Amino acid sequence: MIVRRLLSVVLLAAFGAAILPFQVRLAAQAKAAHLRSTALDLDLRERIGQMGFLAALSGFRSPLAAFLWIEAHTAWENTEWGRMAGIFNTVTTLQPRSLLYWDMAAWHMAWNASVAAMQDEKQPSEALRIRAQRQYFNLGRDFLERGIKNNPDRYQLYLQLGVLLRDKLEDHSAATDAFLRAAEFPDAPPYCRRFAGYEMAKIPGREREAYEFLKALYLQGEKQRLPTLVNLLRQMEKKLDIPASERVDNP
Amino acid sequence: MKSLQGTWAIGRNTFTELVRMKVFYFLLIFALLIIGNSAFVSKFSFQEQFQMLKDISLGAMSVFSSLLAILATANFLPKDMEDRTIYTILAKPVPRFSYLLGKLIGILLLLALAILLMTGLFLLVLWLQERGVLAETRAQLQGVPAEELQTALKEVTAATFNANLLPGIMIIFVKSALLASLTLFLSTFASSGLFAILMSVAIYFIGHLQATAREYFLSGVDIHWWSRVLAVGVALIFPDLQAFNFVDDVIAGVAVPTGLFLETMALGGLYVAVYFFLAAMVFAGREL
Repeated sequence: MIVRRLLSVVLLAAFGAAILPFQVRLAAQAKAAHLRSTALDLDLRERIGQMGFLAALSGFRSPLAAFLWIEAHTAWENTEWGRMAGIFNTVTTLQPRSLLYWDMAAWHMAWNASVAAMQDEKQPSEALRIRAQRQYFNLGRDFLERGIKNNPDRYQLYLQLGVLLRDKLEDHSAATDAFLRAAEFPDAPPYCRRFAGYEMAKIPGREREAYEFLKALYLQGEKQRLPTLVNLLRQMEKKLDIPASERVDNP
Repeated sequence: MKSLQGTWAIGRNTFTELVRMKVFYFLLIFALLIIGNSAFVSKFSFQEQFQMLKDISLGAMSVFSSLLAILATANFLPKDMEDRTIYTILAKPVPRFSYLLGKLIGILLLLALAILLMTGLFLLVLWLQERGVLAETRAQLQGVPAEELQTALKEVTAATFNANLLPGIMIIFVKSALLASLTLFLSTFASSGLFAILMSVAIYFIGHLQATAREYFLSGVDIHWWSRVLAVGVALIFPDLQAFNFVDDVIAGVAVPTGLFLETMALGGLYVAVYFFLAAMVFAGREL
């Protein structure tokens, strides 16, 4: 009986050795497909506690992330912005491939927390309120940039980064780049390219380039000829003094 | 042929026995969990609601199927020996191999049915929730151009079901089958069901660290000889359970490449077969 038990352990080890190259190849394939890319390190261990870490290690990352998300929602209801940011960090570490978590975390920081910071009655100094607001904008940007690093194969976070840079940080050059990166994806909606053009038009010195870019979109057909695009082109034609024969509405 | 019939009869009996043990009561807990979750998260956006429903349902599916695989399998041999039913069976011309295979077939049938029922329940709740959100969206967008309405409805549908969930669920089944086979192997030399359960749970946790140990050992880092021996031991003896953890990423919308999915299923099948043959080998020499 003991001999058989020992033999079974030896056979098990031999089987383990035989399938080792197969396991290594599978792990590499999973990594290439952006699967199982969560970094379960000591930093995360400190944030989620021993039981949480054990759950994450045992393949229960997603339910843990869902429970923490509910906790973040409670923090939102109590306007505990700092706590929310901490929970968002943990949730996005647990589920780095979930676009929703990155997107919502950035939105809460750049839109909700920043507005709350500007309306903070406990802070009499406007300069400090503006500073806090900028910090939340940047926190939102940071979430999106980290989200992009974890999801370089999907357009959605590039698009959201473009929106944040356009609406909150008013960095038109960076917003143009983000929208253009989003537009490179085959499944990206056509408005990504239009948004890039609109932002490019706001960059001093790049008006001519923006005009050519938007005109090219206009020439693609009816689907791109939205009132905003047509109006902007007309304004730019006037501003750039485009000859009548070259204008888009030239019959 | 007779041996196959015998095996099938044992498998059917094992399945019936497990069903009579009312193991399906856990489905009530599963149902409460996902329906309760749906009610609780109604204040969230629809994307968050769907994400959480998937997170909790598939996570619970993974926990329940793993627990069911370990707890149901661990008691087979000790219980049959205690009840002396094993002697009645093996006194007939039933090889020990067939007896064990029948037991494994029974538990695999139970796991398949349990996962099928949980999947059905999950998809039903997801569908009902989707219908609710679609009706709400239609009511809110009354009067908007048809194209805009279609885009909004499409967005709701895209956030609910995606076909990638199915390979994720199939891998949950393979993982639980692996655990059942492993527990069966452990129970062939265990003196009690409790021992087999404890060992299986310990291996469950170690198995999730196997990939880390393997990388550590293969990376060639300069470490103490005993650390290397330990890493080699873990990498060779324990199963790589992380290889079957696709569900977290599948929920996040990541597609599992077909090749990777098939190879993972094959790896799971290989583990099940190897653990079963080792179990049969040890059981063949066991004094009853």
